[in-house]
Order: sequence, then structure tokens, then C-alpha cells
Amino acid sequence: MNVLVCVKRVPETGARITLTPDAQAIDTTLLGFTISPHEECAVEEALRIAGQHRGSTTVLTLGPAAAREQLQNAVAMGIDAAVLLETDGRDWNAEETADAIAEAIRATPEPFDLLLFGNEAADTGDYQVAVRVAHALGLPCVTGIKGIAIDGGRLSARREAAGGWEVFEVPLPAVVTVKEGINLPRYASLPGRLRAKKTPIDQIEPQRRASALETIRLVVPPERASHVEILGRGAEAAPRVVAILRDLGLVAS
Amino acid sequence: MILCVVDGDPLSLEALTFASRLGEVEALVFGEADVGGYVARALRVVHDRLDEYAPDAWAQTIVGLAPETVVAPGTDRGHEVLARVAARLGVPLAANVVEAEVDGDALSLTRQRWGGSLLEEARLTGTPKLLTVAPHAVAAQPAGISTTLRDFTPTLSDEHFRVRVTRRERAASGTARLDTARVVIGGGRGVGSKEGFAVLEELAALLGGAVGGSRVVTNLGWRPHSDQVGQTGARIAPDLYIPCGVSGAIQHIVGCKGAKRILVINKDEHAPIVARADWAVIGDLHEIVPAIVAELRKPLP
Repeated sequence: MNVLVCVKRVPETGARITLTPDAQAIDTTLLGFTISPHEECAVEEALRIAGQHRGSTTVLTLGPAAAREQLQNAVAMGIDAAVLLETDGRDWNAEETADAIAEAIRATPEPFDLLLFGNEAADTGDYQVAVRVAHALGLPCVTGIKGIAIDGGRLSARREAAGGWEVFEVPLPAVVTVKEGINLPRYASLPGRLRAKKTPIDQIEPQRRASALETIRLVVPPERASHVEILGRGAEAAPRVVAILRDLGLVAS
Repeated sequence: MILCVVDGDPLSLEALTFASRLGEVEALVFGEADVGGYVARALRVVHDRLDEYAPDAWAQTIVGLAPETVVAPGTDRGHEVLARVAARLGVPLAANVVEAEVDGDALSLTRQRWGGSLLEEARLTGTPKLLTVAPHAVAAQPAGISTTLRDFTPTLSDEHFRVRVTRRERAASGTARLDTARVVIGGGRGVGSKEGFAVLEELAALLGGAVGGSRVVTNLGWRPHSDQVGQTGARIAPDLYIPCGVSGAIQHIVGCKGAKRILVINKDEHAPIVARADWAVIGDLHEIVPAIVAELRKPLP
């Protein structure tokens, strides 16, 4: 069982986003970088499945040279191999990204049985790279998954739906996008971190193409001015809180 | 012609309202959904193999109608079906759009990034134009016109049913659901432990509400992930949200910005969540929440 997991390096935003002066990107001067919570779970799921079915795992990202950091973090968690599709640092849109990933997968000598992605990237929220990769490779694709079971050559996947779960069954190889909650990702171990430093990263230069969706600029939505009323400090404020609960009709009389 | 994908999800009606502002719309109805009054024309998809959801079959149905623009709700289904249409036709998909305006042959649009903490202004050209509508970008509003509904049977083959729902499972019935509760009590790192949630549970029980947690809390295993309020968890819209010991990272704010009112309980009056609140009590939640519970239990004079 060969499992591929795709991740994206994104800034670790705090409580407020600041843009660069040209409004084309987030000002990351003071920020660290990470991958989305969905993708952390995709890495964990790759490790869990490969462990259960005696397989190997590969992590892949498309991004700047600095995205090696995210690949190494995944290797430190236990992923076997890493691939960087190195860009010049500019943002690639969903179509370009999917093209490059599909191309890289086609060029891999050993085919993958399972391709895992996060449900959507934390930053752009395009909800489509995995679906495009699946289409390019002619593979079945299920999205928004919070439970995976593999039995022989078939994969069963659960997605939350109104009042319960809907279950899909697809043949392998397949593409699956996962949501946080599917598992609780492990922490990297110290031996894992040491191994990550020694693991070579395969580097590929992807080709870029134009898109009919052109970003003009980014805008931080205007924040309404704070109008908070401080009700008090400590337990003494309880009667004022209860008065508000009653005013809002939230207390059964 | 603008085609708008409609299914049983109530967000479909918001998508219809949104689409109607861009031009003449035809609704494409999968399954049971009432679009009466929203559009002049609706196609009800009738196919003996579409008794269960099959995303490639839905995508093929859309492609077969050769629309100029397709609008769908920003749901799991809306996103994956339009992404499939986009992949097959080699065109872009603008996801979670909040505003759009026809600009000659193009669409000028604003869409959400970072779960709505950041907006992207963009220009979409080419045909067809595909977009999903962010939840609650507009309120569903019938246009008050009479709707002509006719049946439509798409041509589908085995390949379109490679991915389909093969069975359904009911969720275990439990306490009030986060996304529909009138009151939500939230807990963050400040709650301190799994056991620390007992007082929040007590308050929620008294108010008939639900308990939620920040991502920190679900990652620490203090609460199950299904209780997470945030960008990667539940989006809540209660009449009142009471976050206790929650600092207010963007990840969490995205999940609770639908709340009508917010009453914060926090030690730090400079925590980002306080600035977003209507009311705040400053201090230790482990003193304040029990005091509120005691006050609620007092008989009225």
C-alpha cells in the first residue's frame, strides 16, 4: 500500500491578518508557517493506513524552497519520503497546482494506491485541487471524509451529512480529502526529527499555466468597532449576566 | 442562462437568491426541494439510478446542459460537484463567493479566503463561469414569481456512478446540536482540563444549550472533535454565544461569527475575543460560571 499525502505551507495567522502594501499577499514578516489542520490529519491518516497495511508513505508539496520545513515536519512524524515541487514563491492557483501535482504523480515510477489531501487549503479555500488531480489521473475521488476503512482493493469513506453519515465505497487507487476530526495527529518524536534532517527531498521544477480567474487584490474585511460592555469582575457580575439571559428569553421561567 | 444547483440543503435557496441577482436563472433540482416562487423555470432531475447521491452523475448532468454560468451552494456537495465540472471542462471555480457583479463578459467578484477572515477581489472570465455561494452571504428571498417545473432525464453511464453513497448511518442521538442550539457555551484553554467542563455543562443544561470548544481544547482531547467551534469544526449561529477562557484566534472566530450576541468570560480583558463581544465579565471562569449557575437556581422573588 503506497500512500501519498499532499500538504501546503501557509502562514500561522494570529488574531488579525495584515496585508503587504500592494494588497496581493499576507504580510508574513512576523509570522511562522504551518499546514492546515485538515492536512495534519491527512498526514496522520497516511501513517495509520500504511502502518496497518504494510505500506510506504510520501509527502508532497508545491511551494517555495522554504516549504522544505513542512515536508521535514511530516517526515519527523514518520513519513518515509518527501517531494518538493519548487516554485518561485508566487501563489499558484488551483488549476496550476493540480496540473503540476498530477504531472509529478504520473512521473513517479511506483504508482500510489491512495492519494490523501486536506479538504481545503487553510488560506485560499478553493476546495478543488484534489478533485482536479483525481480527474487528471482518472481516479475516483471522495471529499470531506472523517473516517476511512480499507478492505482488500476497496476503500469505504464516511462523510457527515444532515443527521448522520453518508458512506461511499470506491475501488483503489483513489483520491480522498479528509477533514479534521478523522484522527488525532501524533507529535513528531526526537528520532523522527533527527531522521527528517537526513532524509533527502526530491525536487522537481513544475510548469505553470495561466488561468481565467485573476486575483485583483486582497481585502481584510472591515472590523466593526468594539462596543463591549464590561459587566464586572469575578463572581459579583453573575446577577447582571442572569439579567441579560432573562432579557434574551433564554431562561425558562 | 444561469443554472443554479439545488438540493435538499437550505443553503440552496440562498444560492438561488444570489444567482437571481446576476440574470435569468433556471434551477436544477436534485432530490426533494421546493423552489416555488424563487425562479420562473426549474428542471427536476429524474433518473432511476439517482436515488442516491453520486457526484460525477450530478456533474455530468450539469455539463450536458451546456450552461453559461453555474451557481451552487457552498456546501460539501456544492463544492465537490462544481470542482468536478471545473476539472472536466478545464475552467476555474470560484469558491465561497460573497458578492458578484456582471461586468461585460466577465464577473467581478469577491470571495472568502481563510474562512472569511480575508476577502479576495477577483475577475472571472471565460465560459462557463462556475461559482459557489458562501453560506449566509445573502438571505434566501423568494422573488414572488410562479415557477414552471419540468422533469429532465440526463444521459448517464456506469462511469458516472463509480462514486456514490452506498449506505447511510444515523448519528447517535445526544445533547443539543451545536449548529442549531439557541445558546452555546464555549470552552477554551482557560477551562484547564477535561473535568473543568463540568461547570460549562451545568450552565448549558440549565439554558437548554450546547457546549462547544476551541481547537486547542479538541486537540488536547478535553472534548471530542465534533464539539469544535471553528474554521475546521462547526459554524454556529446561536442567539447567544458564551465563550469561557477562549482567546479568540481567527480559527475560532470564523466558527462563531454567526452568533447574534456574544458574552465573554475571560481573565484577560485584552484577549481578542473581548473586542468582538457585546458583553464581558473579567475574571476566573471557575468562579464566575458557578456563580451564574447559583444565580439561575435562585427562586425568583
